Amino acid sequence: MSGATFLRLSLVPLAVIVLAFFVLPMSQLIIAGANGPLGLKAYAAILLEPRYRETLVNTVLLSLAVTLATLVISTIAGLFVQRNRFPGRAVLIAMLTFPLAFPGVVVGFMIILLAGRQGLIGEVTQNLAGGKVVFAYSIGGLFLGYLYFSIPRVILTVMAAVEKLDPRLEEAARSLGAGPWAVQRDVILPALTPAFIASSAISFATAMGAFGTAFTLATNIDVLAMLIYTEFTLGANIAMAAALSVGLGVVAWAILALARSFAGAAVAAAG
Amino acid sequence: MTEVQGVSVHLQACAKTFPDGTRALEAVSLDVARGETMVFLGPSGCGKTTTLRIIAGLERPDAGGRVLFDGEDVTHLPIERRKVGMVFQSYALFPNMSVAENIGYSLKIRGIDRAERAARVAELMALTGIGGLENRSIDQLSGGQRQRVALARAVAMRPRVLLLDEPLTALDASLRERLRAELNRLLRSLGITAVYVTHDQAEAMALGDRIVVMRSGAIAQIGTPREIYFEPANRFVAEFVGAANILEAEAGEGFLALRGGRLPIGGSAKAVKGNVVAMVRPEAVTFVAPEGALLTGRVETVSFIGDRLRCTVVGVSERPLSIDAPNTISVSPGDQVGLSIDPDAVRLFPKESA
Repeated sequence: MSGATFLRLSLVPLAVIVLAFFVLPMSQLIIAGANGPLGLKAYAAILLEPRYRETLVNTVLLSLAVTLATLVISTIAGLFVQRNRFPGRAVLIAMLTFPLAFPGVVVGFMIILLAGRQGLIGEVTQNLAGGKVVFAYSIGGLFLGYLYFSIPRVILTVMAAVEKLDPRLEEAARSLGAGPWAVQRDVILPALTPAFIASSAISFATAMGAFGTAFTLATNIDVLAMLIYTEFTLGANIAMAAALSVGLGVVAWAILALARSFAGAAVAAAG
Repeated sequence: MTEVQGVSVHLQACAKTFPDGTRALEAVSLDVARGETMVFLGPSGCGKTTTLRIIAGLERPDAGGRVLFDGEDVTHLPIERRKVGMVFQSYALFPNMSVAENIGYSLKIRGIDRAERAARVAELMALTGIGGLENRSIDQLSGGQRQRVALARAVAMRPRVLLLDEPLTALDASLRERLRAELNRLLRSLGITAVYVTHDQAEAMALGDRIVVMRSGAIAQIGTPREIYFEPANRFVAEFVGAANILEAEAGEGFLALRGGRLPIGGSAKAVKGNVVAMVRPEAVTFVAPEGALLTGRVETVSFIGDRLRCTVVGVSERPLSIDAPNTISVSPGDQVGLSIDPDAVRLFPKESA
């Protein structure tokens, strides 16, 4: 068997998997979205129908907010944990990365324990101020849950990038007169930009599609994944559910592509 | 562009113990004169980089140690306020900035306006021979170009001291030699005070006004390249700088008694008696006819290395004697030879020096 034949044969399993799990279901989904009573208009409805549009906007805004907050928290925490050695460091890293193993339902459950009707925050505020603060079932609870969910993914990427930073870069900047803030601004953050782009893409995509947490918490909020679920199981509106699924994918992909080209342009401008 | 810059540097009892208890540096005191190039030479782990980092302000000396620039105590001044230029082995150029932005960074930080900055950057690029590369990004540069950018960046703000940490080590041999000569010319023309760390003794000789040879966190010898080479203070320096034949022998009446005969010793060494350790450089030994020679031996190996022959001769001392001979003479392994060594080229070390 020649090398080329072997190579081609090796590609067969990949081709089968791509076909079976990506190409076929995706095209089936796209076709299903156009096969309902509305036809192709089902896709237009995502933007034209106010309920769908609002849900889409909410989901995007929530995902953006979660991504931004995750980046800020994870960068500061990641830099600190990677640069300092202190007792309990290993435990802290373990705790920060622990949520990786949790399904969304568990995260939602934890948010209810924290900020639900019988939650910790409710108890404390009841005793201190006389009024119960409950936000688990609102957009605030969802935000907190997604944040908790996203931090481990981003912090691990940031820590790996910080570890690869040449400490001499920072020393060189300082020798040239840069104070701590200038070092962060001119050396550390630019060097971490690729890690930021990669990890925020993961964070954003995860938040866009997260279902378990929303399902556990959502009594009066709608996010896209919940909407799809409702249309599919309660409304039996399979075509609309499919159209919304495709819409979710396209929007997430488009925003990621936009972010990437923007970041690419920023890097090119700086370089 | 001859602008005498820089300060004198005085280290006073600077020791360094790391938090984990490792003693990196014994209390070291030394002076670097204004405009002088001082090279710290030694094997890895000898404390030379730690000393450089103490001068830079990247490490604090242990309590009691002081660093003075022109008499001003800078011990507690962080590096960003010491106004020192640094060149690292890895160059540490900022990948997110262009060549010109890298070189002008210290000027930008100091709030110097764009036009003046551009003029200074252009001047430095011409000086270091990288004109025309200003808009390149760092990853488009060769190793030699990166090294020049790093150097230009380090001297842009006219630092008080220029600190170079193995700046040529990452380059291949032929480029290293060329850049060494260029660096030498640049350091002289800038007239800057420079502290240079290397483990390469040829580099140290070529660049240093004076050399500090270091060993296990302490200074083994400070001197000009000639002093270090011809009058090493101890056996370690002799063997680390250049090639050396170490002879352990009995001295008496102006001679060293060796297996292959008697080796006359000169000067003050004449009075020495008893067991001594002596050093002879390979090029100080010349071949003579065996008849009537004070020292004789048998040639064991001969390697032709272009500009000279490197031979080893057995039967003269305990260990084979290395000899550098002119490339015009003909000797072959097995030849019985006589050897002559100038008495002034024989250096005796104090007994206790290891």
